[in-house]
Amino acid sequence: MTMPETTKVLPNPRAAEGRQPASPPAAGPRGKVPPRRRPRAWRWTDLAEIAGALGASAALTWMIFGRLLPFRVMPLAYVVLGYVLFLPIYWFVIRDGQGATAAKDRLVTILVATGALFAFAPIVFVVGYVVKRGAEVLRPNFFTETMQIVGPLSKATEGGALHSIIGTLEQLALATAIAVPLGLLTAVYLSEIQGPLARPVRLVADAMTALPSIVAGLFIFSIVIKPHIWLQSGIVGSLALAILMLPTVTIAAEQVLHVVPGGLREAALALGAPYWRSVLMVVLPTARAGLSTAVILGMARVVGETAPVLMTTGGTTVMNLNPFSGHQDNLPLFVFTQIRSSQENQVDRAWAGALVLLAIVLLLFVLARIVGSASPGRRRIRVRRRRGSRTTSDAGGNRS
Amino acid sequence: MRTTGPEGSVTSDVPEAGPRAEEPRKLEARLTDADRFYRAFVAAGAGTTLVLITLIGLFLLTGAWPALKTSGFSFLTTLTWAPDGEPPKFGVAAMMFGTFVSAAVAMLITVPIAVCTALFINEYAPRAVRRSLTSLVDLMAAIPSLIFAIWGLFFLVPLLAPIEDWAVAQFHGWLPLAEASATGGSLFNAGLIIACMAIPITTSIIREVLAQAPRHECEGALALGGTRWGMISSVILPFGRSGIVGGSMLGLGRALGETLAATLILSIAFEIKPRILENGGITVASGIAIEFRDAQELGLSALMAAGLALFLVTFAINLLAALVVNRSPAGARA
Repeated sequence: MTMPETTKVLPNPRAAEGRQPASPPAAGPRGKVPPRRRPRAWRWTDLAEIAGALGASAALTWMIFGRLLPFRVMPLAYVVLGYVLFLPIYWFVIRDGQGATAAKDRLVTILVATGALFAFAPIVFVVGYVVKRGAEVLRPNFFTETMQIVGPLSKATEGGALHSIIGTLEQLALATAIAVPLGLLTAVYLSEIQGPLARPVRLVADAMTALPSIVAGLFIFSIVIKPHIWLQSGIVGSLALAILMLPTVTIAAEQVLHVVPGGLREAALALGAPYWRSVLMVVLPTARAGLSTAVILGMARVVGETAPVLMTTGGTTVMNLNPFSGHQDNLPLFVFTQIRSSQENQVDRAWAGALVLLAIVLLLFVLARIVGSASPGRRRIRVRRRRGSRTTSDAGGNRS
Repeated sequence: MRTTGPEGSVTSDVPEAGPRAEEPRKLEARLTDADRFYRAFVAAGAGTTLVLITLIGLFLLTGAWPALKTSGFSFLTTLTWAPDGEPPKFGVAAMMFGTFVSAAVAMLITVPIAVCTALFINEYAPRAVRRSLTSLVDLMAAIPSLIFAIWGLFFLVPLLAPIEDWAVAQFHGWLPLAEASATGGSLFNAGLIIACMAIPITTSIIREVLAQAPRHECEGALALGGTRWGMISSVILPFGRSGIVGGSMLGLGRALGETLAATLILSIAFEIKPRILENGGITVASGIAIEFRDAQELGLSALMAAGLALFLVTFAINLLAALVVNRSPAGARA
């Protein structure tokens, strides 16, 4: 015990009066900073325990499969048995060193990590496999040609999906144009007006998210196409997609509108704005980022839907720019028809379509992330206003 | 000084309000014409949505009616699907069996993995990668089911074929589940691929619910000397139990309505059998996708009846899931 320590430990009369700068908090009783204790940090003994258990299980596996069993097994069996043996060995090792509670904790850690591995492995394999198979046959002409002059025996790199990409974009745009205004209006009704229809509307919207996409396609097929109101065409596919999009957009937009602080609405009304202006000028701009995300995620959900367009758009190999008449193709449909073919080269061509479809979905997803994480629309609007007021040289415009 | 709202909606007289502070100022909330129009317009939009969605249900019902009247109760028990035959003979028993079996296989795989992944992201992963793992899960949920289905058909099923053949060879004879004359296009494989599609959506719901577990209670558990597993088992899992059930049910709703995996993988067979590793089977969704092209008048009606039955099942499950999630403490706070 040295002098500075005791003076530090003694209550400081000036500190009791308060307002005095406190003694440096980092200085502990021993006069030096103790190393921060990190109970969850990895220590080298942990690694040694894992390595030891792994080594033991590997040796045991090799002994069982390599020496005891009379027949050869596939490599996967080694991995499975090794893992199964690793768990109890590891448990024993930890229990000997740190007790049963710690052993259980470690075992659960391993199991949880394994479960997570099984969840993340598919995405790596899916994306990797699609990119590998798709890149083999994807050529620039895939984006510029159609399947019009391509026979079933043409090479996989011949022909293209321009007609399908155009069809997908047109149908997506039409479905968005139908579903988004309706969905936004409904969301505004649910969140801002909260009228007598709110309960039934919310109920059916929730119910509709459960509608299987094939049933939406069947519904449109039986009320539009079977009675010959409209033959199979792009717009009919858009209707089916819009049915799927409507509840998604409505519910997501309503949740976004709920997050808008009530104080903003009340401020607008207190300043004398009528309801419609408070919604149009305050609530919707505030929620703009979230609303855009809702719309884009709705689009990402329906762009890859195959089941409804399978029944409604007809599918074709030639370019049809008009979504309102005649069969139109669609990227998921392109992939589906090519992959079901018995010709190897057509199956290969399907992977190019799958790669493009995956890229479109990823693009929409990243777009949604960027839009969603952008600062709320308020600031951007204010900047635009200021620019506007400068042109009219109205100095008082900002104050009002 | 008289201030008037932009549309003259609220009129107040500021200096006069001062002296008469004792008696409350009368507030008038009159709607302007523009406001009335806005309300009517928005209500019309909501009404259109309501009518549209209700019409879908009604049309499904009226469309399905002729088939239901023809078949009566046997609709639920008949295996074969020949609605345009003479006499028409059809039922959803085989389709529903396939739907439920593949969904059950999918859920048996999905739920433990989804819970593990949610716990891993929330509690085990380093803070730095937590956000990226979360968006990775959301990204997986956005990948179209078609891509999962063709990946399963060309990658997963061939990969698993030797293992399944081995299992059939080993357990054949004393385990009815594992008996099969041919493997590949089985309900089990379809369920496996549906699980790949259902894992992301289930994980993301469960993760959100578990993330709302009260932080101070978790820290209390750790401060009392509990291990991480002790904290999870005593605080997080009891708190999120209903969230896990609700999220799993939403995943189940997805799995029941999945079309493409079943259409591409299953070899079509209208039968009920316990041999889930054997080729053959049908689900409601894939049945509709396959049969609609050749369907005549009654055939279409029968397909609509099948679609209606599927919709009723998924709807009931979604409703149940919403009830469970809303009743939980986590859901109430969300």
